[in-house]
Amino acid sequence: MRLVALDPSAGRLGLSSGLSLADARARVPELAVFDHDPAADRRWLERLAEACLRYTPMVALDPPDGLVMDISGCSHLFGGEEGLAEDTGRRLRATGMTVRIAAGNTSAAARALARNPWQGGDECKAIRSLGITALELGEEATQALLRAGLKTVGDMAVRPMSGLAARFSGEGVERLRHLLGEVERPIVPIRPPAPVTAERRFAEPVAHTEYALSVLSELVAEVGEEMGRRDIGGRRFDATFFRSDGMTRTLSVETGRPVRDANSVVRLIRERVEGLSDPIDPGFGFDVIRIDVPVIEPLAAAQLKLEGGSISEMQMAALIDRLTTRLGRDRVRRLAPVDTHIPEQAQIALPAVEDMKPAAWQVSEAGEPPSRPLHLFDPPQPIEVMAEVPDGPPHRFKWRQGFHYIRLFEGPERIASEWWRRKDGAVDRPGLTRDYYRVEDARGRRFWIFRHGLYEEKNKPGWYLHGLFA
Amino acid sequence: MLEGGFARARLHEFFALDVGDCASAAGFATMLAIRATETEAPLLWLRCDDARRRSGDIYAPGVAELGSDPNRLILAMAPDAVALLRGAADAARCSGLPVLVVECWGKCPALDLTASRRLALAAERSGTTVIMLRADAKPSPSAAETRWAVRAARSAGEAGLPAFEIELLRRRSGPAGMRWHLEWNRDQSIFRDPALSGDLVSRSSRGSAATSAAA
Repeated sequence: MRLVALDPSAGRLGLSSGLSLADARARVPELAVFDHDPAADRRWLERLAEACLRYTPMVALDPPDGLVMDISGCSHLFGGEEGLAEDTGRRLRATGMTVRIAAGNTSAAARALARNPWQGGDECKAIRSLGITALELGEEATQALLRAGLKTVGDMAVRPMSGLAARFSGEGVERLRHLLGEVERPIVPIRPPAPVTAERRFAEPVAHTEYALSVLSELVAEVGEEMGRRDIGGRRFDATFFRSDGMTRTLSVETGRPVRDANSVVRLIRERVEGLSDPIDPGFGFDVIRIDVPVIEPLAAAQLKLEGGSISEMQMAALIDRLTTRLGRDRVRRLAPVDTHIPEQAQIALPAVEDMKPAAWQVSEAGEPPSRPLHLFDPPQPIEVMAEVPDGPPHRFKWRQGFHYIRLFEGPERIASEWWRRKDGAVDRPGLTRDYYRVEDARGRRFWIFRHGLYEEKNKPGWYLHGLFA
Repeated sequence: MLEGGFARARLHEFFALDVGDCASAAGFATMLAIRATETEAPLLWLRCDDARRRSGDIYAPGVAELGSDPNRLILAMAPDAVALLRGAADAARCSGLPVLVVECWGKCPALDLTASRRLALAAERSGTTVIMLRADAKPSPSAAETRWAVRAARSAGEAGLPAFEIELLRRRSGPAGMRWHLEWNRDQSIFRDPALSGDLVSRSSRGSAATSAAA
């Protein structure tokens, strides 16, 4: 085990990361050690990134311990770059973080200035004063550059790029050009900026959730108006509450069709708030509330049909949205067919809020009894069956502590396994065939049972109950 | 018998006579839903997580085999009975929804007289026909227009044709206690008397879908 990260006091004791735990303990016996949890670090970094969305919509992660913000056109809202840096630093330090902030013309420059010591006044000089370790080229390449007498970025910048590329590596030159601002590398924001958005900032933090929600309603009305002017509607609405201590809470609602009616969106958001297992905690208050509409679709001005057909459709869509918001996306679904012989895979349940084209379903011929059950068990339920060997019909079976004497049967309907879809499938290893029987017991109940495997495929094939007929 | 038939925009309760009859009751509810609406209209089916464990998933090919279009079916799974009834109350108020099926397993203390009256009133106001499907439960006081017991019956003609024995347990306006033996004809979407094999049930008329018209 090795040390991954140290706090400043441990650093002062002469420990460094990468040191093995046994050595560190030998030097400092009272060392307090905690397990390294990269996933938790990552989650924490993501939360901090969300908190930084208050400054700009373009925030990117720089794992494991950095954030990159594109503040073009945003800094004047916070009193210039210095004001923005100060505010960011204050909030992040309040969460217990150690923060180094730097601004640069490109993301690479800002990143290098934040992570490395530098001297000099303006950005150009500062970049040139950086040691070449700022290029992060790896041990070997860095050593090669140092041996050639190139100690700072400035040393490299004055030499012709083509020579450097030929002698060292193309990668180093590319990094250098990023640092010098000759090439811009776009950042990948954690959330792409929403096409429609509205926000409100408060001089004094708002400590009441109810008031925050009423402000949110006003914001929804604002984005609704804007969408009305542009003839669009939103399919998703993200409400973000920024707490003054730097934490954020985002609530999303989705709708089955584009909407811009403020009342219905607010109702969905309230539904969402009520359904939360942990209520929104204002803490010391919210100081920014924002609504984003990340997914938009064209929505022409409403025109009501005389017969009311579209009204009932709209009401139905609103009902689906409400149920989806309350129960969750995966709990309100429609069924779609899948082209397969395996019964339990023949249907797929898709969220009802998503668009779906109506599909065709197979039905038996006229006059025939249903060939597929109304209820299907997935996985099938094992049953004990008395049947003729090898492939006779079942006589009696036991399911859930009850015996069923079979009066009528229909079958077998033989369904072979789809070996061409199996991972290890081949013609000579086809998997088990199922023989399905529709049976009716003495009390008139109808079941769908199958034998998993033919006798030539398996020694003692098992029987399963797969479905219940009406 | 049952003048005016099976009234729309009301709350109707269907009890599976025994746990094993749950699929029959569900099938009967599906068939009534088919009869109570136009073919295109949506059908919302509310269930609990518990129902999935006890009687399996609703299987769309099987729904299609009963003569309904699975594309109109919207399934909503509630985590518990309280959420189920809340969803049911919301759905019953939605006038864009012609038929709502609420599947409720076990005793369900949340479904008391108040809850059922709320559902019945919402159904009357919005025009939604609410089919309350009860399995593994004993009838308790409710505001339902009719209450039925459903059990599977032996299929008389072709093996495997859905057949039922239904008993009218209670009716708000009129005598109860009658029993019928019915078989479902998918192609014509009607119930028949398997013994007569004749058309016993008139086609649904506007405003009421008759389950049984002749004596």
